[in-house]
Amino acid sequence: MSILEIENLECRHGLLIAVRGIGFTVNEGEILALVGANGAGKTTLMRTIAGAHRPAAGRISFDGKDVTALKAHKRVGLGIALVPEGRRLFTGMTVEENLKVAGAHGRKGDWTLDKVLEAFPQLKPKLKARAGDLSGGQQQATAIGRALMTNPRLLLLDEVSLGLSPLAVDQVYNSLSGLMRGGTTIIIVEQDLSRALAVSTRIICMLEGGIALEGPAAALDREQITAAYFGLNRGQKELA
Amino acid sequence: MNFVNQLLQGVLLGGFYALLACGLSFLFGVMRIINLAHGSLAVLAAFLLMEFCNDTNFSPFGGLLLVLPVMALVGWVLQFAVLDRSLKAGPLIPILSTFGVAIILDNSMFEHYGANSQSLGPFIGDLAYGSWNLTSSLYIGQLDALIFATAVVVLGALQFTLARTPLGRTIRATADDPSVVDLIGVNSRMVYAAVAAIAIMLTGLAGAFLGMRASFDPYAGGPMLIFAFETVVIGGLGSLWGTLLGGIVLGVSQNIGAAISPHGFLIAGHVVFLAVLIARTFSHRLTWRPRFSRKVATA
Amino acid sequence: MTTDAILKATGLTKRFGALAVLTDVDFLIAPGEAIGIVGPNGAGKTTLLNVLSGAYTVSAGQVAFLGQDVTALGAADRCRRGIARSHQIPRPFGGMTVFENLHVAASIGGDLTGAAANRRCIDSLELCGMLRVANRRAETLGLLDRKRLEMARALATGPQVLLLDEIGGGLTDAEAAELVVAIRAINAQGVAIVWIEHIVHVLLQVITRLVCMDAGKILAEGDPAAVMSDPAVIDAYLGPGSHSSVAA
Repeated sequence: MSILEIENLECRHGLLIAVRGIGFTVNEGEILALVGANGAGKTTLMRTIAGAHRPAAGRISFDGKDVTALKAHKRVGLGIALVPEGRRLFTGMTVEENLKVAGAHGRKGDWTLDKVLEAFPQLKPKLKARAGDLSGGQQQATAIGRALMTNPRLLLLDEVSLGLSPLAVDQVYNSLSGLMRGGTTIIIVEQDLSRALAVSTRIICMLEGGIALEGPAAALDREQITAAYFGLNRGQKELA
Repeated sequence: MNFVNQLLQGVLLGGFYALLACGLSFLFGVMRIINLAHGSLAVLAAFLLMEFCNDTNFSPFGGLLLVLPVMALVGWVLQFAVLDRSLKAGPLIPILSTFGVAIILDNSMFEHYGANSQSLGPFIGDLAYGSWNLTSSLYIGQLDALIFATAVVVLGALQFTLARTPLGRTIRATADDPSVVDLIGVNSRMVYAAVAAIAIMLTGLAGAFLGMRASFDPYAGGPMLIFAFETVVIGGLGSLWGTLLGGIVLGVSQNIGAAISPHGFLIAGHVVFLAVLIARTFSHRLTWRPRFSRKVATA
Repeated sequence: MTTDAILKATGLTKRFGALAVLTDVDFLIAPGEAIGIVGPNGAGKTTLLNVLSGAYTVSAGQVAFLGQDVTALGAADRCRRGIARSHQIPRPFGGMTVFENLHVAASIGGDLTGAAANRRCIDSLELCGMLRVANRRAETLGLLDRKRLEMARALATGPQVLLLDEIGGGLTDAEAAELVVAIRAINAQGVAIVWIEHIVHVLLQVITRLVCMDAGKILAEGDPAAVMSDPAVIDAYLGPGSHSSVAA
């Protein structure tokens, strides 16, 4: 059952075309990994799906409903939640407050403060700490927890490993594994291809605003994705 | 002894300044907007109350039940009509547009009410001049005491709301990062409108007390804006209790200046303001620490 | 080849507080060479460019241009000597025509006057394919023309080295092809090119030497095909994993 449909989506930053006329479908329960070089358009795409960026053209449908013109805070009410690149916590507020304020304005559902702390036990001792004082890994956990508090049906994770030590990334992915088994639909932007292949059911590789490669994670291998990533199977010059 | 009394009066005056400034401080703390129409809005409330009292012969305190909601509505409309659009144009544009609003307000009031000074004093009876004598040379005016108490209560209530209630959390989150707060389901424009409504309503309350303790005319907004601004700057931008402290420092400075020389009232206040501004700018230990706003609000 | 180097940087280190963004980087440019710089986010590519152009001072190391030590010189001085740079987000002088934009560069950066300045401007415009828009106001230009203006303006200062920072982004395939034509033409005139780019297949059409950076250091360097098949380079972008060479 499709939960998200993107049709002919075009996004701009001023004069720059960041996403050009792409289309794809996400089915409920899928875990889709978005890979691609910097500037490929991944973050712009995620922000546009979440409603933080207005597309120049195209259509976004969530659960069969056209949400292209819907404001971001209303999409949260429908069940779309974005964990933005760079985490973007409310740094002046405590962890608990960050979580509570999301819980107050999101959808009602299973995710409560206690359940989030169960999924991210490293946050338990840090509940009253100022979010700006946490380590990178703890901030990432808080950011994901904050999105979960809105009880999303579609969770968008934008580069959760950015700036984190490998150990912290492991911890984040451990916490996410429970979530991923639980059936929430997830789109995750991930630079580390091995991790992306390990957790996802489908992969889309973006290049210069378009889709260079798409398919089930089981059917694609690292070589194919690498070639698509660098765009080396297009362009005029061939490598020796 | 006279000197101590001047100090005491200065502290009480500080309560009025704090009440006058808290709307300005709150609006700036959350939205990073300096509302130059602040003083004019306070005077507007005073004029509205005056009309009410003239028409109904009721006390201005009763009139507040009508005027405060009206001021809240004015704030709501101001946010959507002026502030929201100004912010989209850039962080300094609200200064220009609120300056324009101030000019429009001042001149409209002048056209409507004329140049005469007005006062709400006649409508509050004994409160206007009653006082308690602590000693033979120390006294506390009843109205002044009421104003000071109101300032403390208002600031305390604001602080409590921000720190402990869900609404306060929402406001602080919106102040912290208005573009991200949309991602957790908060309609940031509505939050801003609520903040503007509260801020202008509080400004209206201050305007009521302005009318009661002194006289006012259509152009009284300018000096009021300056006192409010100086209070906020002395106390620290974005800090609510700092506003009380700033008001007291300003009030005490002015009164000490008045004791020294007949022209010293205003000058002493300005000198202290300037000194604090310079000290804050050049001293790292007294840095600006906006308490509940971190990122500039951009569309 | 190395004795001819027009730009020679040794031991470049740049720290911001405790964070080292560049560590002990050596960099050489031969006259008329075209070099590409690639690498994942945070590798230090733009910082390297900033250090070479003089926008940043170095924490350690030296930059020598045409045999002279320019480490202490700022960007304006280095520009006059012959190191020019374009920016990732084009920043034309709004309110002035394309020609006037170049004229500022030619007269101040290139130290030319009168007919010589005009000549330089016209030549630069021609090389970048911009003669037809010479009298249009800069802010009315589309994205490709803005990028060409960035290059033409840098070119008008008469450089020997042109530093390009991610100039390929946001263009369609056709536009990218036109940009490549312009860059090739500039290189053919003898101007050395140093080009940071994410869009690798466009880069490979122009450069003869490729440098890959990661975490503030140079990871691999040399023949473009060899560098792009280097397992260490692929790992730097895509994370560690079993790897094989990239299909041609």
